[in-house]
Order: sequence, then structure tokens, then C-alpha cells
Amino acid sequence: MTIANENRITIAILALGGQGGGVLADWIQEVARAEGWLAQGTSVPGVAQRTGSTVYYVELAKPDGSGRLPVMAQMPMPGDVDVVVASELMETGRALLRGFSTAGRTTLIGSTHRIYAIGEKQAMGDGRGNGEKIIEAAYQRSKRFIGFDMEAATDRSGSVISAIMFGALAGSGGLPFAANTYRAAIEHSGIAVKSNLKGFKEGFDRAQQPVARPDEITHDLPVPTTEQGRALAARIAANLPPPAQANALHGVAKLMDWQDGAYAALYLDRLETVASLDAAPFELTAETARHLALWMGYEDTIRVADLKTRASRITRVRGEVKAGDEQILSITEFMHPRLQEVCETLPAGIGRRILASKGLTKLLGRFFTEGRHVETTGLRWFLALRTVAAMRSIRPRSLRYIEEQERIEHWLELVRTEAAKDRELALELVLCQRLIKGYGDTFERGLGNFQRIVAEHARAPRDAAGVRTLRELALADDKSSGLTEALAG
Amino acid sequence: MAERSFKKEVLKLTAGEGEVFTGEGILAVTKGLLQSGVAYVGGYQGSPISHLMDVFADANDLLESLGVHFEASASEATAAAMLAASVNYPLRGAVAWKSVVGTNVASDALSNVSSGGVTGGALVIVGEDYGEGSSIMQERTHAFAMKSQMWLIDPRPNLPSIVDSVEQGFRLSEASNTPVMLQLRVRSCHMTGSFVAKDNVRPPLTVGEAAASPVRDTDRIVLPPANFLHEVEKIEKRWPAGIAYVRDNKLNEWFGPEESPGDSGEGIGLIVQGGLYNNLNRAMELIGLADSYGVSKLPIYCLNVVYPIIPEEVAAFCKGKRAVMILEEGQPEFIEHELNTLIRREELDTRIVGKDMLPRSGEYTADVIRKGLAKFLEAYAPALAPQLEAANPLPAPVAKEIPQRPAGFCTGCPERPIFTAMKLVERELGPTHVSADIGCHLFSILPPFNIGNTTMGYGLGAAGASAFKPKEGEGSKRSIAIMGDGGFWHNGLTSGVGNAVFNKDDTVTMIIDNGYSAATGGQDILSSRAENANRVTKNPITKAVRGVGAKWVRETHRTYDLKGMTSMLREALTTEEKGPKVIVAQSECMLNKQRREKKATSAKLKAGERVVRERFGVDSDTCTGDHSCIRLSGCPSLTIKPNPDPLRQDPVAHVENSCVGCGLCGEVSHAAVLCPSFYRAQIVANPGKFERFKAKVSGAIMARWQAGADKARAARAF
Repeated sequence: MTIANENRITIAILALGGQGGGVLADWIQEVARAEGWLAQGTSVPGVAQRTGSTVYYVELAKPDGSGRLPVMAQMPMPGDVDVVVASELMETGRALLRGFSTAGRTTLIGSTHRIYAIGEKQAMGDGRGNGEKIIEAAYQRSKRFIGFDMEAATDRSGSVISAIMFGALAGSGGLPFAANTYRAAIEHSGIAVKSNLKGFKEGFDRAQQPVARPDEITHDLPVPTTEQGRALAARIAANLPPPAQANALHGVAKLMDWQDGAYAALYLDRLETVASLDAAPFELTAETARHLALWMGYEDTIRVADLKTRASRITRVRGEVKAGDEQILSITEFMHPRLQEVCETLPAGIGRRILASKGLTKLLGRFFTEGRHVETTGLRWFLALRTVAAMRSIRPRSLRYIEEQERIEHWLELVRTEAAKDRELALELVLCQRLIKGYGDTFERGLGNFQRIVAEHARAPRDAAGVRTLRELALADDKSSGLTEALAG
Repeated sequence: MAERSFKKEVLKLTAGEGEVFTGEGILAVTKGLLQSGVAYVGGYQGSPISHLMDVFADANDLLESLGVHFEASASEATAAAMLAASVNYPLRGAVAWKSVVGTNVASDALSNVSSGGVTGGALVIVGEDYGEGSSIMQERTHAFAMKSQMWLIDPRPNLPSIVDSVEQGFRLSEASNTPVMLQLRVRSCHMTGSFVAKDNVRPPLTVGEAAASPVRDTDRIVLPPANFLHEVEKIEKRWPAGIAYVRDNKLNEWFGPEESPGDSGEGIGLIVQGGLYNNLNRAMELIGLADSYGVSKLPIYCLNVVYPIIPEEVAAFCKGKRAVMILEEGQPEFIEHELNTLIRREELDTRIVGKDMLPRSGEYTADVIRKGLAKFLEAYAPALAPQLEAANPLPAPVAKEIPQRPAGFCTGCPERPIFTAMKLVERELGPTHVSADIGCHLFSILPPFNIGNTTMGYGLGAAGASAFKPKEGEGSKRSIAIMGDGGFWHNGLTSGVGNAVFNKDDTVTMIIDNGYSAATGGQDILSSRAENANRVTKNPITKAVRGVGAKWVRETHRTYDLKGMTSMLREALTTEEKGPKVIVAQSECMLNKQRREKKATSAKLKAGERVVRERFGVDSDTCTGDHSCIRLSGCPSLTIKPNPDPLRQDPVAHVENSCVGCGLCGEVSHAAVLCPSFYRAQIVANPGKFERFKAKVSGAIMARWQAGADKARAARAF
């Protein structure tokens, strides 16, 4: 039994430290007072001020003319909140979690963009929470849900997110106040008035529009532009089951960019041997198309040098760091090539000989102990990197290439052997390629974990679920302690 | 200079008779002090009373014109000791801090001043950091009030009541020669509202005038035989005087009818701590037992003074009532115990209901009170009991998607690289015992660093490591202590460094010097490098450390130099030298630095001057989505985004535009041999002529080269 008070409006603001939740709360109170209402707000910022999530609470009351002051509560009460403003999607979720938003009563204004929490960011794979579920719940548990990407709106208007939220609140009509009173509050504060008014307008307008779900990234299928490309595309269409074709097209395009058409053809040769053992729904082939392409397109010094010096990359960086046309941009890379990587890039014979010789390793190793600041936008380093990139033509003779092809063949052989008996198990083994990523220590750790799982499977064969468990353990922590424990037990 | 400027608020402090003051609860207290003719104020910053300290620090001119002496005390103990000025002289003094931690520190002085008693009004303002948003142990200041016999005021949370309690607090203190504590919960401190101001009052006697004509009364000093006399005086004189003042001036309040409705004399009633009154009223309003103006259908006895309890008021309220519920937050439930004792003494049959129906722990929000009240009514007045709606929690599959969001180091924080270095050195030398301290650096215990074993209190990081004498010979390990500059000056110099020198502790102490007491709002301290017109700053920590005899002292002026940081730490952990190893890691708090530099930069840009901006980025086509970099940094601006590669599924690392270019990302990828995806972008606005020419030429050469490469790639492309 909650009796809503007709003369009172309760507002909860959920924001992260530093987003200006307190400024927003002050603005709202100023608007209310200007409109003849009584206003009170409170919060518990404390240490949460430093990036943690914080709740601000504002209570507005219509005076009854007696001069008495209503007794105001100090915190949003679950089931008794009229308006919720949340600065981020999971904070919108937190408002729902805390029961602040009620179906049939609450106007829920929430941003749909994500600021990932440290727990989500530090995962070795994908630790992100599912925002779609939050948006659904936001609809179910509110009278009206106003959702849009407030960060994008902030960027568009060159403002701050608190101004966007303030505008969205005004635009929502959730409070009985005129838009001009809101604007006056911004003007009265005297701080960043122009940009805040711009942000206010942006938020106000967006609140009139239907909920904008977060953009999903879609990848257009690559369209062949060369004779060779068309031939490979035709081969995919003819030889591979439809569920695997998209990944195969992306794979071919990637590997032609990475090496050449012949290498892409080798990719299809390999893929087809797995496809021939597969049956509907062809998940094994589709995932092999993905992971084989990723493995065959491993990251080496040649690839990195090439990607870093492309014109498209410089343009992308310019956009990302918001460098104006009149501004000069210089880019410095943090590279740390070790003797190991250098030798891997050299023709196998030379590379092996250096690595096998203690004297040479010691002599040459001295040059590769320090990290290097590589200024790609300077001519000297640009030309050096282009030279490394040009080594693509001799890549098939490099030590790394030979080692990787051996590993790939070994893996595919295992997948094919298992696929003949148990396709599910084969699929799990394919997915284990996900463990192999990164550079330097990270690469070695991932490859090591992959090899340990494969070795364990060879020693004491596991079923699909068993392999999946080991893979998940390998991704659980970067000391691989869970995997080590499981393998020991 | 503090994080927030309070110049606007300082203006409010000049409000005169009849003017309406609108602002936060804690600022209302500052105005209340000036209206009461306070002669001196001291305190130590910390949520939720930092604003009180910051406002007074910014109000120097006003305070001087009124003849009020203000000190930003070195610690809560220092602040409490200031109250000595009210022992012999009719000087009103107020001190403030975060409680219960601050009261812990202050308790020696508080015991002494309480024992001897005071002549002038002595007010101890405590911000009770309890419940949601609190960063400290959940204890009650109430216990201190009881053990030292200081009266404890817990006013109703509205600005007129709070201001009134400041004024009454001084009078109560003077009437009973007893220090008075004014307790404000976090939400009450940050609560906004209005009250009608009075003129500020000059203290009738200033501290300078008192010092010029000293008065001595050795009976006020805690030493036999006076200490025994004090105890008797407390019981026989000050206690009754306190009770009489509270009773005669009606500091406590009564609401609602004398008898509860719907029964014949065997009524029920509620006793509530003043600070919980608003929540109680809201709980009652939502179940139809009160209106929004506090017109209650049940009798309420509101304790604005929670210590001492006034026996005759309790007896009168409980008489004829079958059951009375006491709403008392925190534990132990001192008031409930006392009520039961008083009821027995009066031979009343009233049942006192408290923690048996309300939770033993946690904040008493309106929701918690509503549930407890429903139980109470169900048992003692079923006709009034509400039907509470069944809770409708968010289904678990949705709820589990919502991540925890703990506080963390700010973007570009200079403390982050110190913990990155510790993590890297830990990889080499194995884990060590780490004694943490209080301050922003305590965020190290949270992901992604997970560094730190214990924290024993402010400035006690080094002391917390002192027990760990390394074993002899093979496998010996030194423990590491962390301490902030705030904690260092608070007491760490003596309790930590001095102690370690004296006892030849073989430990490593990392003193993090970011130039401010940063966690509490960026206040200046002794070693701050900022100019401060009213305080003495720029006293280096290394000088103090050497002054107490530390020999192995290293200093870095750029914590972002990860290589230097790790080698310094490695040396400290492995050197043959015995005795304490002290590292002072010094870089300015980024929050404060940015606040200052942002302004300067935008002014330069406006003037068309050359401005260099640096920030970091990640190439998403070379990032493979392992997130090692994030696990070694945790910077808010280093985040993730969906992988643009159609084949890859794990999100890639991404640097947001909020990056301040501190440089840690690059240092980490070098030091930990991570990946080549990080880049530093240097963006020059309003570049010079030669610069533009050079960029143009090399740009043209590169463009030609790139065009050739693009052509070749297109030829072999899909």
C-alpha cells in the first residue's frame, strides 16, 4: 500500500562520480523554486565521487499556503519515485534493481550508452553485461521510458551529460514546469551557459523522439573487386554451406589483405576439408571459417608495420583524437620488438640459427631490450616501418610462418579426427583458437594454454563439455591458475 | 586550494537578520556557528564535513573581520585539543570531523576536556558516515558520548532545526559545563533547504583577548586528585544540569495525539532519534498514519538530544502505553537498553520494542522503517497495520547483468602507475604483504589491482607493517606499507616512519605525495606545492623523513615513469641495507591539475597561442582483445568497445576522449611487453610556420608512398 502524494514529486538521479549529478540536482531545485514549489535535495557522494555510482534525490512539494513546510524524505523510496534520470544504461538498470521505477507511475529517462565497469573491462574475453535485457525491463517497469544515447548527444552538442539530462527531463514533461524556467536556471548559474543551453536543447529534442536502441554493429559482406576475388567468392558459393559463407568471405578478404590470393586459396583448401565432415546446422564449418582465418592472419611485425602506416589509419586516428584540420597531428607508437620477434620475421634458417646460438642471442639481444617510441608520422620511422611491411613478400619463408602453419595443420588434423566421431567436440576444439591472441607475453600465455588443453585432451580425451570447461577456465584469470588446478586435479 | 570553490557560499555566510539562507545542511551549520558568536573553529576534513572546512578556509576575510580564529587542524586530535580554549575562558569553540573515525583519533583530547569540563560552550560537530555511501567501519559515535559524558544532539533533518541545535548546543554546553556533540548524518549534511538567518555575532571575548589575560584553575586538569573530583562532579553537578537544560528548554519534541487512535487507553507510541524523524514520517505517510506535514496519528516522542535521555520525559510518554517502539539506528542499541532500565525503575508495564522488529544493522531508510512499523502494528495495533505490497524485485537474469561499480582512481591519476609498478614487481619477486592506508590509494585493493592486505587507519599504513620482521636468510621477504601525504602529516611521520627508524623495521614504505589531501576534496597540507596565502606549504616530505632518522630515502617526481618506479621498488625490496626503506612518489593529483590547466589551456586557445595536447589511443585492428592493458591500469578513459573486425568477437580496448595523456598506457605496454596497439597522439593547435611547413613536406612524401602501397594492396585484394 503506497499512497502517492498528489502535491509532491520525487526525483531520483543515478550518475557516476564526475558526471555532474549534483549540478543537475541543483538545477532542478532551482527550477522548482522559481515556479513556486518547495525543493529539497540530498545525496551521499563520499568516495563514490571518484568514478563510483551515486544516487542523488530531489523532492519537490507544492506549498499548501499555510506557510508550513512539508517533511521531506532523505532518499528515494522504492515504489514512490515519480521521475528517474540515469546517466548510463547500467545505471538505468541499477534504478530498476533498487525498485526506484514503478510501472504505471515513473517517468524513466535513461541513457542507452555504456560506460563499462572495471569488472566488464578487465575480463580476458567478453565480460560485458547484456544491455538489451535492461532496456526491456525499463519498458516494463515505468510509465514512460525515454531512452537515447546521451553520450552521443553530449558529443553532438559539445556540452556535458548533465545538461543533456536536464534537457531530457524538461522535454519529458515529467515535471509541470515551463521549458523557459529550465533555461533560466542554466543562465542563472553563469557557468558554460552557451554550451549547456546547446546540450539542453539536444536533450529536450531527443526526449520527444521514440526510444533509440543502441546501434548494433553490422558488417557488410565483402564484395569482390578483383578477378581473383570473384573466383574465390564463386568457390565459396559452390563449395561451402550457406551458414559458413559469411565468415568465409570475411576470411578470404582478410587473408588477401594479409598476404595474397594464393594464401586465401590455401585457407579455402583447409576449410573445405572440415566442411566435408560437417552437417546441418554447419556451425563447425562456420566457426572454423572464423577461427582459421584469425589464426592464419596471425599478428606479426610485418602486419603491424603495414597497418600502422596506412593512410586510412592516420585518417582514423585524426578522427578518433578529434584533431582539427588546421592542427598538426603526430603519432608515436609504443613498440617493443624482442629478439624473438625479429628472428621470427627473418627467413627460417637465419632466425633459427640466431635463436639457437647463445652468443648471437646475447650479442643481438642487447639491441632489443628497450621499448621504442616510434613516431610513425615522422619520415624516418615511417620509411623504416614501410620497409618492414614490404617484407610481406618473403613472409612465407619466415620462421614464424613455418611455425604457425605447423600448428594450424596440427590443430586442423585434430579437429578433423574428432569431427568424424563427435562434431560437437570438434567445434569446441575449434573455438579454443580464441585463446591464442595478443603479442609477447600475452601471446605466449594464450598459446601455452591452448597447447595444454590439446595435450590434456590427447592424454585423457574429454567430451565437448569438458573441453569447453577448460577453455573457460583459461579465460577466467590471467595467471591461468584455474586451468592449472583443473589440469592437476 | 580545495576541489570546490566556496566563494559563493562564503557570501551566504554574511546574510543578516531576516534574510533567507538556502543551501546545504553542513553550510547551515557554519552560519549557525557565526550566529552563535563562536570564537574559534577547527577540524579535519572528510566526508561529509569537508564542505564545512572548505567554506571556512575560503572565508578567511569574513572570519578575520568577525574576530573568529579558524584552523585547518593537523588531525582530529589537534582539533579536539583546541577545545582547551573553552576550559578556562568563556570562549565558544567548535570543532568538526568525520565520525566515527575522526572521533577515534580525537578521543584522548575529548576524554580530557570532558573530564575537566568547560566554561565556554564547546561544540563537537560530527558527520556520521554510516550507511549507504559510507567508506568506514559501521560504528556509533554514541558510544563516545556515553563513555566520556558529552551530550549528543541528533537534530531533525531540516535546516531550521539544525541551525537551532547549533545555538542550543552552545547554551547546553555552558549550562552544564559539558562538551556537546552535534551529530549529522551524511544525507543531512548534503541536504538542501532554507532557514531564516540572524546577524552574525562577534565573540564577546576573542581568543587573542583570552590569551592576553590568562586564567589558571588546576582543578580542571586531569591529575590526581582532580581527576576523581571530576568524576563526582560529572555525576552530581553536570549531569543534572544537562538534564534540566534539555527538559526546561524543550529540546526534545512531541508529535501526534497524546493517545493513539482506536484503542482504549492501552495505546502505542513511537520514540525516534531526531535524525530519523523524516524517514519515519515518510514511512507513516505512505501507510496512511501521517500527512506530509508531520501531522501524525500516533504519538511520537522525538529525541533531538539522544544523550542524556530525560527519565521524566520517558516515563510520562510511556505511561499508559502498552507498547512503544524505539527507532534507533546502529548498534549496540544504547537507547533501547536505557529505556528498558528507566521503564523498570518507574515500574511501568510498557513493552519497549526495538531491534526485535527492526534490523540490527544498516541504515534505517523510510523503507526499512515502514517494514518494521508494519510488524509493530501487526503485533500491538492490528487495526492500524498496513497491507504492504509484495516486493517485486528485478528478475535474477536481468539483475545479474548489472555490474558493480566501485569507486576507483580518476583518469590520469598519478597513483595508478605506482600500483602498476607494484603489480609488475610482484610478477618478478612474488607477492609481498602490503599494509594499506586511508586515502584514494586504498582503491588499490579493488580491481584491477587487488593490492593490499589490511588497513588499520589513517596514517597507520607503515605502523600496520611494523610487525612483519623478515625472516633470516633464504626466502626472506619485506612487507610494503602504503601511506598518502595526508596520512603522513596526520600522524604517519611519527607513528609510521619514526617508529620504523627507532625499531629498525626492515620494511618498505611507499609515501604517495599528490600535493593535497585528495580523497577529502583536495585541501592543502604541509607538503602541498601550491602557494597558499593563509597557510605555510612546500615543506617536503623527504626532509621530514630524513629528519626523524630515515637513511634509505628515494624520491621520484614523476610517478608515470614506470621503469623508474619499478626499479626503485625492486631496489627497496632487495637491497642489503637494513632499516626502513622510504620511497616518496610524487606527482600532482590529476583532478586538481586538470582543474587548473583546463582553464589556462582554453584561455591560450582563445588567444590563438600554440597549444600542445596529448592523448592516447588504441588501434582496433591490431588489438586482439585480451585486455591485459586494462588489468594493469583501470583508467576510466581506457575502456572497451565492440570489435570492428567481423571475425573477432571479444571487445577491443579503446581510449576515450577524456584521456588526459598521462602516459601510463605507453609505459605499461613497454614495461609489460604488451602489444603495439597503443599510440600517443600529439595534437598541436595553432602551430608555428616552420612546424606547418615541415608537416606539409613529410606529409606529402608519406602520402605518395601510401598511395603506392594502397594501389598494390588493391591489386591483390578481394
